[in-house]
Amino acid sequence: MDFIDWIILGIKIGALLIALLSVAPVMSWVERRGSALMQNRLGPNRVGPFGLIQPIADAVKFMFKEDPVPGHVSKFYYVLAPLIAFIPALTTFSVIPFASSIEVMGRVVRFQVADLNVGFLYIFAIAALGIYGVVVAGWASNNKYSLLGSVRSSSQMISYELSMGLSVIGVIMIFSSVNLNDIVRDQGNVLFHLGQFAIPKWGIFVQPLGFLIFLITVFAETNRLPFDLPEGDSEIIAGYHLEYGSMKFAMFMMAEYINMATVSGLLATLYFGGWQMLPGMHTLLESFSLSGSLSGITYEWVRIVFEMFSFVIKVAFFMWFFVWVRWTLPRFRFDQLMGFGWKVMFPLSLVNILLTGIFIKVM
Amino acid sequence: MEISPLFFYLFAGIAIAFSLFVVFSKSPISSAFSLIVVFFCFAAIYALLEAHLIAALQILVYAGAIMVLFIFVIMLLGADKEVLDFKKSSVFLKCSAVLFCGIGVCGFAWVLFHSPILIGTGPHSLEKIKMVGGNTRAISELLFSEYVLPFELTSILLLVGIVGCVVLVKRKSL
Repeated sequence: MDFIDWIILGIKIGALLIALLSVAPVMSWVERRGSALMQNRLGPNRVGPFGLIQPIADAVKFMFKEDPVPGHVSKFYYVLAPLIAFIPALTTFSVIPFASSIEVMGRVVRFQVADLNVGFLYIFAIAALGIYGVVVAGWASNNKYSLLGSVRSSSQMISYELSMGLSVIGVIMIFSSVNLNDIVRDQGNVLFHLGQFAIPKWGIFVQPLGFLIFLITVFAETNRLPFDLPEGDSEIIAGYHLEYGSMKFAMFMMAEYINMATVSGLLATLYFGGWQMLPGMHTLLESFSLSGSLSGITYEWVRIVFEMFSFVIKVAFFMWFFVWVRWTLPRFRFDQLMGFGWKVMFPLSLVNILLTGIFIKVM
Repeated sequence: MEISPLFFYLFAGIAIAFSLFVVFSKSPISSAFSLIVVFFCFAAIYALLEAHLIAALQILVYAGAIMVLFIFVIMLLGADKEVLDFKKSSVFLKCSAVLFCGIGVCGFAWVLFHSPILIGTGPHSLEKIKMVGGNTRAISELLFSEYVLPFELTSILLLVGIVGCVVLVKRKSL
């Protein structure tokens, strides 16, 4: 790696960090306005056009509010917990490719921060550490409701992480790789032709059951409704972050939204072709190229922009899906949650592996 | 790479410091949290050795799953109230603990200095692994060809353990 490579890496990390950090304010606006839309209310609409400046007002409030540390908490762990939740959340997105590669001045630039051999296993590993933020917070708060929240969180995490890991084994079997770049590139191939339409080999078409299991388990992993039992405002007030205020609370909230962005990126990458262009965009690009208005390096850059746009659209859809589900479904009861995890999701994910094996053998 | 020895000593140092903390900490939950840091440092050392798969699995399985289970049990039982009191333990226990630790350390040292196997590079060098197509592929191919019998036997062993657990619990509840 020479100096220019380091600069390129720095730019990629910087751009990704800015994007991830701005996810939380944007999503808090989307969530409020979205919930208002579904409940026939208006939501925040006073600050700026459509209330778009509201997140900035919130941020100012978070920063300038008094940040008290309650007397009964275990101080060291109390301060540590938001950091444990926040830092893993920021690092997981780094292996997700958000566009293919481009050759600039004899240098191949990949639009992915780290091209790791272990691929999404890295995401699972680091995301598994994020749970300690919740656990430590609940324990350090020295409060029965908080402790209940973290006990719930840890048992929920163990139950659903298993099905999540098993559900993506189907994807590994189909694309025979754990490297996200390989998986996305393979999804550009055509699965079969349906009349004049070519059905791409997206994960959703070859792994429908696996997709469903993965989708449900990531809701549990990100503690979103209908699996938000660690928070459960109506049962245990706010669970693990009950004793937290101002910026410390904001860090938990941001970690939740960034985790949502990461799993949305993972859902798009594994099952919806990642940066593979949306239907119709290829034809648009080809028509540009044929009319002669684009050529050489400009064409390449337009292609990259199209790919990034497709990826962002896919991620944005899943982000909206999270909000949509949250304000549609009620919360599980805890025994239902455990029963569902162990008696439905776990066997189903095993069946999925078996079916995938048969599918590969037959095809 | 000339920076990796520095990182090795950093992570090894942290690992040793936190291992001591695991042993000497009086509250079980701080011990458990320290153990997570130790596992994390191990994973970092594996990553420095370019064993990315082992590093990811170390975090995923040990730091991620097993320690969550440990902490879950500690919190559920409320073990934090029973802070261990070392003053109550008998002199005999203390002496025997020191004695057996000493024997263990001496044994390790003896093996290290008298082992006939020279520690060198194995058949799977970095270049070879790169040629096969990366760590994950190399390990999975070995696991499902040459070492398939030990691998399957291990899973049967785990299955027996699970069944045993269920049987023990069921017998009590009946």
